[in-house]
Amino acid sequence: MHLKKIYCDIKKCLGCGSCEIACAVEHSKVKELNNAISESPLPIKRRKAEFIEEGVSISTGCHHCENAACVTACMSGAMYKDKKTDLTQCDKDKCVGCWMCIMTCPFGALTRLREEKIVLKCDLCPDRDKPACVEACPTRALSLGTFKEFKKLCNM
Amino acid sequence: MAKPTGNPINDELLKIAAQNNISTIWDRFMEQEPHCGFGTLGVCCKICNLGPCRIDPFGEGAQKGACGADSDTISSRNLARNAAAGAACHSDHGRTMAKTLLDVGKGIIKDYSIKDPAKLKRLASEFCIKIEDKSDLKIAEELGEAILKEYGQQEGELTLTKRAPKKQQENWKKTNVNPRGIDIEVVQAFSRTHIGCDNEYKHVLEAAIRASLVDGWGGSMIATELSDILFGSPEPIRAEVNLGVLKEDEVNILLHGHEPLLSDIIVTASQDKELVELAKKYGAKGINLSGICCTAAEVLMRHGVPMAGNFLQQELAIITGAVEAMIVDIQCIMPSLSEVAKSFHTKLISTSPKAKFVGMEHIEFHEKDALAIAKKILRIAIENYKNRDRSKVNIPKEKMTLVAGFTMENVFYNLGGSFRPSYRPLNDAIISGRIRGVAGVVGCDNPKNESGLCHADMVKELIKNDVLVVQTGCSGSACAKAGLLTPEAAFRFAGDGLKEICETVGIPPVLHTGSCVDNTRILTACCEMVKEGGIGNSIDELPVAGAAPEWMSEKAIAIGWYFVASGIFVVLGTPLRVLGSKNVTNYICNEIEQLYGGKWAFESDPIKAAHLMIGHIDKKREALKLKPLIYAKV
Repeated sequence: MHLKKIYCDIKKCLGCGSCEIACAVEHSKVKELNNAISESPLPIKRRKAEFIEEGVSISTGCHHCENAACVTACMSGAMYKDKKTDLTQCDKDKCVGCWMCIMTCPFGALTRLREEKIVLKCDLCPDRDKPACVEACPTRALSLGTFKEFKKLCNM
Repeated sequence: MAKPTGNPINDELLKIAAQNNISTIWDRFMEQEPHCGFGTLGVCCKICNLGPCRIDPFGEGAQKGACGADSDTISSRNLARNAAAGAACHSDHGRTMAKTLLDVGKGIIKDYSIKDPAKLKRLASEFCIKIEDKSDLKIAEELGEAILKEYGQQEGELTLTKRAPKKQQENWKKTNVNPRGIDIEVVQAFSRTHIGCDNEYKHVLEAAIRASLVDGWGGSMIATELSDILFGSPEPIRAEVNLGVLKEDEVNILLHGHEPLLSDIIVTASQDKELVELAKKYGAKGINLSGICCTAAEVLMRHGVPMAGNFLQQELAIITGAVEAMIVDIQCIMPSLSEVAKSFHTKLISTSPKAKFVGMEHIEFHEKDALAIAKKILRIAIENYKNRDRSKVNIPKEKMTLVAGFTMENVFYNLGGSFRPSYRPLNDAIISGRIRGVAGVVGCDNPKNESGLCHADMVKELIKNDVLVVQTGCSGSACAKAGLLTPEAAFRFAGDGLKEICETVGIPPVLHTGSCVDNTRILTACCEMVKEGGIGNSIDELPVAGAAPEWMSEKAIAIGWYFVASGIFVVLGTPLRVLGSKNVTNYICNEIEQLYGGKWAFESDPIKAAHLMIGHIDKKREALKLKPLIYAKV
């Protein structure tokens, strides 16, 4: 409950995909749009803007669940809860690409990096104060904070 | 990320803005960051209601719009529409001038006259009008008619494209972009890019080039020529620039926008004895006119009216608290002005039938009553002097002198000697290796550029390397503020060869040639350089290059395109919005050179960009087998 993570207010989300682009750019080598698009391999986003029904969209990514299904399902021990931050992290060196985490994640928040047979996920942008997607959201639908703060933000 | 504006007086006024909760372009710009990635890359298509559709630049998501358009089609269509809108602006500007010329000739408009009859006759001859013993007014009438006819022309070609060297004309015909009429090409750029129409990107871009050629060799060139005829051809003139030109004890009136019809007559009206007396009655010492944007360039070039600032400074001018009225017409006028003006006594007056602004008083300008309307507007400004709140006045001290007023006719006339007036001295200076080449540095200013000093940095680097620089628009005022438009700048900044020429002739190393329609003076100058001989038989062979380091408007896209299609290498500070398509990017930055001799390049570092231009100029010098530079560093 006290973990700061990314929330999406679906009343504000337009499904524009700005979060996806910002995520891919942040996880590129150059971290700059105009040049990121010509990198090889292309940078991969860890966030999805999805259409739910007419007029409703949502931007989703890893929810850093308390009892994370992906961590339980991981056979190599690559997926783990960081003891200090409570974030769900993936140790690339241990990942064997069995995709069990993808099977179990209720949010479809994990992405395959086929060539390297590893899984990619939201890392909350460790190099930034605020995750790139949150900063890029033109309607401020995305926010970083605790669940309590999020509830307050959208008057729930 | 806080971006310094590159100008300490801007920063000073921005502090006042912040204290008073006034939002400026820099604040709003930051709120827009990061800019939409799809839009930046040109892969968002809003043309039809199957969409809006976007192409995922990272390859995972959709690669085609609902209709099947890919990133090549989408980005080329967007670019063509931008170019057409830019060309439309300049062509409409030219249309207004042509209509005015016609009505002056018919005697319907009496407040303007023919100020440069020699140029009128020269242009009339180009349009195959028999001069004989016709009066100036009769010639004006016939010329006005002939020009307006080209706006509605359906086939054939534009008269002024014949000014271009043969090779350029052949290139245009060969690639099927030679414009048939002025309006038709703008209309067709839109019809071709409708849903389900032209989608082969190279073919779509033909529409962009046609529309842009209509701008450069049509609308803009007409606007420049007719402005010279109606308001007088500029002569070199000394003036001042920057917000320090505003005066504590005079009625400050800012002229902002583009068309010179209103601004020029306001200059005349401001000398009206009755109005000057009125200003004195209200306790002011006089009427102080100054300009913003290209209107500034128009009245600077012809009357030496000081330039208060460029595009980015329009809000700051009001924040000085010392402006009684800002009079605007069209283009580059920020909708935010009325919000800024709420905190001050400044009256904002819109005048063009083409543009109204929320929160501004609209006094529509009609050429037939030009002088009367100009006086009415000035009266409102003068009467507002009493409302100035002295406690809010913060006029910065900084100002700089400059010499402007160079045209393709007069610029090398100034080179003097037995050859005058001819381009021989310039061509000789290039051939002998004193001047490396010529660069046009033009265009807008844009908060995207971190230092805000891109223009000055680039131009300093160019003149240091013996490249003579010609300028227009907001780029000109940026460099003027940096002191580069004075003859003395040659001693401080220019390379030895360029310095020698500037010293001999007494010109600055950087020549201000006017507003954004006056970029056509650069085209005409290129034609003259070709005609004079010795440095290439067509524009694409000349050792010249162009740049718009801080471009932002659609007009800049049209201008860039007409230079590229006329054979000139053009460097932009931020890329055109086409990078989402590798094919389109490669086509306009590489392949297109084989068709026109010109091409685009994108480089955000002004020094690196300057060296791209220098490299290009050197390549051309080498192809012409010109001598090495006399004072080249070993």
